[in-house]
Amino acid sequence: MSTITLTTEHVFKRIKERFEGSINHAYEPWGLLTIGIDYTKNYELLSFLRDEEDLQFNFLTDLCGVHWPNDKEKFEVVYHLHSLVNNFRLRIKARIPGEVPHIKSVVKLFPTANWMERETYDFFGIHFDGHPDLRRILNVDEMVIFPLRKEYPLEDNVRTDKKDEMFGR
Amino acid sequence: MSSIAIPKPKLVEAPDGLMGPGYFATRLDKVIGYARQYSIWPLPFATSCCGIEFMATMGTHYDFSRFGTERLSFSPRQADLLMVMGTIAKKMGPVLKQVYEQMSEPRWVMAVGACASSGGIFDSYSVLQGIDHIIPVDVYVPGCAPRPEQIIDGIMRIQDLVRNEPLRRRNSPEYKKLMESYGIKTE
Repeated sequence: MSTITLTTEHVFKRIKERFEGSINHAYEPWGLLTIGIDYTKNYELLSFLRDEEDLQFNFLTDLCGVHWPNDKEKFEVVYHLHSLVNNFRLRIKARIPGEVPHIKSVVKLFPTANWMERETYDFFGIHFDGHPDLRRILNVDEMVIFPLRKEYPLEDNVRTDKKDEMFGR
Repeated sequence: MSSIAIPKPKLVEAPDGLMGPGYFATRLDKVIGYARQYSIWPLPFATSCCGIEFMATMGTHYDFSRFGTERLSFSPRQADLLMVMGTIAKKMGPVLKQVYEQMSEPRWVMAVGACASSGGIFDSYSVLQGIDHIIPVDVYVPGCAPRPEQIIDGIMRIQDLVRNEPLRRRNSPEYKKLMESYGIKTE
């Protein structure tokens, strides 16, 4: 029985063949291949990685958001993929421009992305177009802010019992 | 061989009243207060580490049942005392309020620990900064987490309130006003 092992070079070569113009950057921190791509190509790339015979990235380990308040493209979505068949991990990053970020949903490819995208929407306000049920998942529905954006004070500003004068400050 | 002194069991003292041969007269609300004081059914609403301290309090070593609280009620409809132990997230707030509304009068609330009392260390967007924002609280037990002795002290302060509460308190305009300030309906 032969074991199929993917190499970083092979995976990168396969992605490069297909998405030559969409790769913004690629690096390999601690041996984990990380590719930054054009955010409009996220669905296409994940579909390609999942369905190709030699790649089979069939498991979406994690999906999360990042806020970069000082950059031009303020929001980022990170996909962690795992090929269970080949035991190979891969990370895809997509920077999204604009004040109201929109990116295509990958729920149709990976049903597990449903709650992960809802969580990312809940905390960062990143809209996933095509998501079947995009609403808050962890915070209260009445919340009007996106709390993990780096633009809100950490303390609850409605509280009255931790005023500075009570602590002699 | 020296004899071991066995302490006399301490009995509950009778309320103030007029006693003579064959009769004892006192106020009805005092009798009811005495009866209620030693038959509180607590509802433990334990969400985190303070709940673990409560489990120790219920255990054989501290034996919470000594105070007449033998029977924990896991249905709010039968409970007299709501013991909130642990962090209450804002999303949990409406649930806690519903549990309180389901309890029948008279009802008491005890906030156990820093989180239930004031939000504690969770100075955060997602945590309720004290349960007294949504329901009225009778006794606050400080500590993070409070020791079982403190929880027992809290229940004894609740017993003081139960014993001394006038029978008409729950029908008074002040009480109705308090409930209205929390948006809780009274019959």
